[in-house]
Amino acid sequence: MTDPAQHPTPAVQVTDLSVDLGGRLVLRGVDLQIRQGEVVAVLGTNGSGKSTLIRTVVGLLPAARGEVRLFGQPVPRFRQWQRVGYVPQRITAAGGVPATVQEVVSSGLLSRRRLFRPLKAADRQAAEHALELVDMADRRKDGVAELSGGQQQRVLIARALVSDPDLLILDEPTAGVDLASQAIFADAIRERVAGGSTVVMVSHDLGPMDALIDRSVVLRRGRIVYDGPPHASQTHAHVHPHSADDEPGWLS
Amino acid sequence: MFQLEFMQRALIAGLLTGLSAPAIGTYLVQRRLSLMGDGIGHIAITGVALGLLTGTAPVLTAVLVAIAGATAIELVRARGKASGDVALALLFYGGIAGGVLLIGLAGQGAATLNTYLFGSLTTVSQSDLYVVVGLAVTVLVVAIGLGPQLFAVCQDEEFARVTGLRVQLLNLLIAVMAAVTVTVAMRTVGLLLVSALMVVPVATAQQVTRSFRSTFITACAIGVTACVAGIITSYNANVAPGATIVVLALAGFVVAAVVGTLLRRRHAVSAPLADEEPEVDIPEPAPHVVSSAHAHAHNPACGHPKVEHDDHVDYVHDGHLHAAHGDHWDEH
Ligand SMILES: Nc1ncnc2c1ncn2[C@@H]1O[C@H](COP(=O)(O)OP(=O)(O)OP(=O)(O)O)[C@@H](O)[C@H]1O
Ligand SMILES: [Mg+2]
Ligand SMILES: [Zn+2]
Ligand SMILES: [Zn+2]
Ligand SMILES: [Zn+2]
Ligand SMILES: [Zn+2]
Repeated sequence: MTDPAQHPTPAVQVTDLSVDLGGRLVLRGVDLQIRQGEVVAVLGTNGSGKSTLIRTVVGLLPAARGEVRLFGQPVPRFRQWQRVGYVPQRITAAGGVPATVQEVVSSGLLSRRRLFRPLKAADRQAAEHALELVDMADRRKDGVAELSGGQQQRVLIARALVSDPDLLILDEPTAGVDLASQAIFADAIRERVAGGSTVVMVSHDLGPMDALIDRSVVLRRGRIVYDGPPHASQTHAHVHPHSADDEPGWLS
Repeated sequence: MFQLEFMQRALIAGLLTGLSAPAIGTYLVQRRLSLMGDGIGHIAITGVALGLLTGTAPVLTAVLVAIAGATAIELVRARGKASGDVALALLFYGGIAGGVLLIGLAGQGAATLNTYLFGSLTTVSQSDLYVVVGLAVTVLVVAIGLGPQLFAVCQDEEFARVTGLRVQLLNLLIAVMAAVTVTVAMRTVGLLLVSALMVVPVATAQQVTRSFRSTFITACAIGVTACVAGIITSYNANVAPGATIVVLALAGFVVAAVVGTLLRRRHAVSAPLADEEPEVDIPEPAPHVVSSAHAHAHNPACGHPKVEHDDHVDYVHDGHLHAAHGDHWDEH
């Protein structure tokens, strides 16, 4: 940490990580380093351990061996959670009591709110902005339980973006989200990446995010089997044939 | 009736019970732990009995035993083991049986026990009232002041952890507050019906509200109304207040359910689902736009998302659609 400009601490540093779930090693000796500003796709078949890796990185699961560091701090001692935005893999956004879209999105601001303090005007504005990013601003007063699955997913994305995090950790954020909304989401992410944010994303279908990915990591049975530039058969990012002169096609 | 000192005390206790039980109940319902209050109520019976046996104020022993019981329930729940369910059942029935046994040993009859199980207007003493006021105010300050944090934990526990909240501590706080509320409500609705006052006003409010905040406020208003009206009715009819309060709350629920259904139906008629996606989004027939110099040949395994489009398949390619047409690719 002597010269942060020359050697910025990695956003995520996973060292020799093994994770035990119900007596089975679901991750085995995973090493992964993600620099600040990188956009990394985590790929792999169902059950390969992607969510387990993500959940261990954000401190929801304990490491059986090895460790995870976020911005240089081991996760159990990490305190700057306002720098992290997390979208869990598809869970419903609704609880046992009705809650509005705005209330759910505002809960993403708690990392920077003190106890016994009311919501400030700036917080309200942040929630509004996050809702605009996912094109849900007109539904802010609606109950989340009344939204469709994809709309609920967009609310969860807004909840992760609302605290303006440096590191976004997304577990299949766009599963069930329509193409137009995926494109809006990709634009929002692109803007953040341009501003220096780091993104770690699990996805089976990157869609419009495809072009943003710098690097892909492929898991198989709890081990990393590929770590490198996005590869055709993995990330769908072919060498893009479109150059300036062939867009947007001609009318015959 | 309002000049009677015991009635004044009963009404103050009722007012505070009517506020605090639905306040903490809202969080319990949101976490889908509606029956937690019931379990704590059972355990608190042993606390009351201990007080009667040792000659200490039952309110104090009840709050201590209830807090211990609630902490145990929370620890078992957090472990999430299958055997936890059985452990909780043992705790609940142990609480009731132990309580009845100890009260028998203390030489007290069923009449004394009944005043704690179903509430009693005449037995709220001055010192009881001080304890009840102190505890109820504490519960309300926490339930309102830590509202955003408690909401987040009850809404999505894992997300709350990733925002850096002390989730275990907050969960424990909810359990302890539920235990304190049970004791606050003990003299008014009684230990066996306290859970109803935590849950029914919330269920009633939900019939007409959309946001968490409005549910919280409405539930508290319903709780206060049911408690005060129930105590007055109970005085006039000379029955246990717990029963009248809960019957009134349930009647309120039935009314709200009917009104809520009518409101929703009317809303649905006056504002049908907006036609968000007009048909014109898919122009027909499509102009023939050829993608020039498209070196990549799509195929079903190439990895680009596939979209059904009328009689053919389009490939999604960096935000636009490509369709095979003879020896070239069309933009669709
Ligand atoms: N609570 C659990 N107890 C025991 N095993 C578990 C538990 N949760 C997950 N597993 C196992 O861990 C493995 C990895 O699960 P994980 O959720 O990380 O997969 P994934 O790569 O995210 O899959 P998907 O694409 O379906 O989301 C799976 O084989 C699963 O059976
Ligand atoms: Mg997963
Ligand atoms: Zn292709
Ligand atoms: Zn087409
Ligand atoms: Zn193209
Ligand atoms: Zn053509």
